[in-house]
Amino acid sequence: MPADIYLNVAVGGVLTGLVYGLMALGLSVIFGVVRVVNFAHGEMMTIAMYIAVALFAAFHLDPLLMLVPIAAVLFVFGYLLQARLINKFITRPEHSQFLLLVAVALIIVNLMLIIFGPDARSVQASYAYDSFKLGPLIVDATKLYAGAAAILVAAALVAFFQYTRLGTAIRACADNYTGALVVGLDVEHLYALTFGLGAACVGAAGVMLVLIVDVTPALGPSYTLLAFVIVITGGLGSMPGALLGGVLIGLTEAMAGLLFDPSAKSMFAFGILVLVLLFRPQGIMGKRTS
Amino acid sequence: MIARLIAGVPRRALLMLVALLIALIAAPLFAGDYLLTVLILILYFAYLGQSWNIMMGFAGQLSLGHALYVGLGAYTAASLYVHFGIGPWLGLLVAIPLAALTGCFIGFLAFRFRVAGVYFAILTIAVAEFARVGFDHVSWTSGASGLFLPVAQYASNDLWHLRGRPAMFYYILLAATVFALIFCRALLQSRVGYFWRAIREDEEAARSAGIDTFHYKMIAVAISAAMTSFAGVIYAFYYNNLFPEQVFHISRSIEIILGPIVGGIGTLLGPILGAFILTGLAETLNSALAALGVDLPGAKQVFYGICLLLVITALPDGVWPWLCKRIGLERKQ
Amino acid sequence: MSALLSVQGVSKRFRGLVAVDRVSFDVPQGGIFAVIGPNGAGKTTLFNMIAGMFPPDAGTITFAGERIEHLPADGICRRGIGRTFQIVRPFPGLSVEDNVIVGALLHRRQVDAARTHAHDVLRRLDLYDKRAQRASSLTLPDRKRLEMARALATDPKLLLLDETMAGLRPTETDRIVVILRELNHETGLTILLIEHVMRAVMALAGHILVLHHGAEIAEGAPGEIVRNPAVIESYLGVEAVA
Repeated sequence: MPADIYLNVAVGGVLTGLVYGLMALGLSVIFGVVRVVNFAHGEMMTIAMYIAVALFAAFHLDPLLMLVPIAAVLFVFGYLLQARLINKFITRPEHSQFLLLVAVALIIVNLMLIIFGPDARSVQASYAYDSFKLGPLIVDATKLYAGAAAILVAAALVAFFQYTRLGTAIRACADNYTGALVVGLDVEHLYALTFGLGAACVGAAGVMLVLIVDVTPALGPSYTLLAFVIVITGGLGSMPGALLGGVLIGLTEAMAGLLFDPSAKSMFAFGILVLVLLFRPQGIMGKRTS
Repeated sequence: MIARLIAGVPRRALLMLVALLIALIAAPLFAGDYLLTVLILILYFAYLGQSWNIMMGFAGQLSLGHALYVGLGAYTAASLYVHFGIGPWLGLLVAIPLAALTGCFIGFLAFRFRVAGVYFAILTIAVAEFARVGFDHVSWTSGASGLFLPVAQYASNDLWHLRGRPAMFYYILLAATVFALIFCRALLQSRVGYFWRAIREDEEAARSAGIDTFHYKMIAVAISAAMTSFAGVIYAFYYNNLFPEQVFHISRSIEIILGPIVGGIGTLLGPILGAFILTGLAETLNSALAALGVDLPGAKQVFYGICLLLVITALPDGVWPWLCKRIGLERKQ
Repeated sequence: MSALLSVQGVSKRFRGLVAVDRVSFDVPQGGIFAVIGPNGAGKTTLFNMIAGMFPPDAGTITFAGERIEHLPADGICRRGIGRTFQIVRPFPGLSVEDNVIVGALLHRRQVDAARTHAHDVLRRLDLYDKRAQRASSLTLPDRKRLEMARALATDPKLLLLDETMAGLRPTETDRIVVILRELNHETGLTILLIEHVMRAVMALAGHILVLHHGAEIAEGAPGEIVRNPAVIESYLGVEAVA
């Protein structure tokens, strides 16, 4: 196969990987602060994807234009989920929390199935078949826009946590729950805010992803798993790790799809997960917690 | 031996159990075809839940990939039958060690490298998913297009080849569930059972009391996997077709854990009660929807999700302990 | 009397902090040995190394003639060292009886034999009447005794007690002291204890080691230790002797 094909597929993989990274970023933020393993992560993303599909079908609105409103909807959803439900589980054993989100995921997936049916839905943006030529590279417009949007949103999130008071307060909660309580931070509210942010992240990622991929209800669990693979590979609780992991997985997936049977590409992701869990559970950029 | 098994159990509970058993034995004589299939499903999940419970409820290891062992049992027995005409009971002799070894492999990786709690659950999910995608590419088991068993006439019951009427499967599953109940009771009362419970409560303290936790966790995983694979064999010969996409799917794994969680993790009767409640209610829901002419694929799963949510939030120990208090079956404190 | 436990030149550091600094001592068979010192002196770290929670960075630990510093916690217990935890950890969901049976099962295959032995241990520790209660429903003093019972049920030759008396009233402390003395006299059980409650230390210990900043500053009979100026200055305070 000519070299350009490898290059093009690789670039496409990296761009898609940036979107994966954004999705995983949401998961990492939630885990890093609230210490909840969000098993409903991919499912929440499908909610965003389906909203984008529905809006597009009804009003022909470009998903990227709908990014902010859809992310806002997911933010509210995430906030309420944490505030009303998950906050009660802070002191419960971790498998209880986990199973709670398994239940939420189950409900979301099947509600999507009932509402939208099992068939794949897609969004045909006006630029769906456009591409840019950069030397030997041919880059899909959808992937380029999606990747660029992912970088922007990720940067905004990092800036929020680094430079705003609210972001700093949230990081304080993450570092020291009791300490945060002692200095008067409303930890439950901050937790809910964080979950909302994580949900908004994954909502944004969903809007970008729907340009690249068709959505079915079964996508939810697949992407939840993928998000886990990325976050664990990159390092649970590490924001740059999530993005790095996303790009890595996007790239591996694309190359595996090219070199081997496309349907086997998810096996690579799982293989990587198993290896990471065994040999470097803190991930590439994570810190080892005892 | 029976005296030891029933020691400490309130007489009322024993009588209720015996009455239930008699009712279940007699059921096929009175139940219609549909009710019989529902009962078969209930017993199938009761048995599976009991098997899963050994790992989680007894030894405290959360497995969300148990469909892997069902699939291994199903595909092993079915393939041997289709390719070599080997009967399922002989196929079981291959399926059980295979499943136990796979479980030990996962257990070894996890416990040796200290993968615990939620990470362990994710590991089990990943392995099951690996199998789901992997089996799509294994031609000996017919890959994604599905493995089909020859369906014969059900005029007579062929127990050896598991070809026969639903009632035959019903009694096999009933016997299996009863066996599982007795077996689990015996396990819990044994030295192994005490060590498992200690590990579940506080693994580090258990180690300080001299328990080789790696060894005993492996035993739990092996037994659980082995028992689960039997259900897989029955599954294969009852439904007569296997698709990797369905058999290994994470929804199957979640269905397996719902019964014990709703009924009560770690209790003996929890998984059985949970299976009755969930499957019973789910099928009622299906029938009601069908009667209304509404076809909602996914409604049953939403129902399962809501049940799980309710139980986790309101009755975290499960329905059985709550029920025990209600009807005064608690052992004297 | 020969040394049952011999700790030689044991050190442990955590990143930049030296928690235990070349500590050496011998615990004689059948003796009661106390390790005292201010908080942060390294006592529990020392204990954890003996009990196999983590290995020392340097030095050796020998028990009954065998080097044990690299063994895991369960191996250590199987060889005859039982331990309690500073923050008490009985198995909360199990009954008092079952807690102790778990310990008794270490060296017994049959549950019945284990139960009989567990009952003996429970009686000795005044917990027999509460044997059917859930461990999580016990008071703190009872939970401490339960942990001790569980450790004793494993038939240890050496018992490690980590601040067992903390939070107990004087009468409860005295009761535990009596139980431990009886165990020591009747069964020859060797006891190594970390303690802050000087009342118990003076009543029990035949020999005391004082740690400060991870290093030993004094070792000897109780009478000498309480008069040792370095010990008084760093830990006891003049009132303790007065």
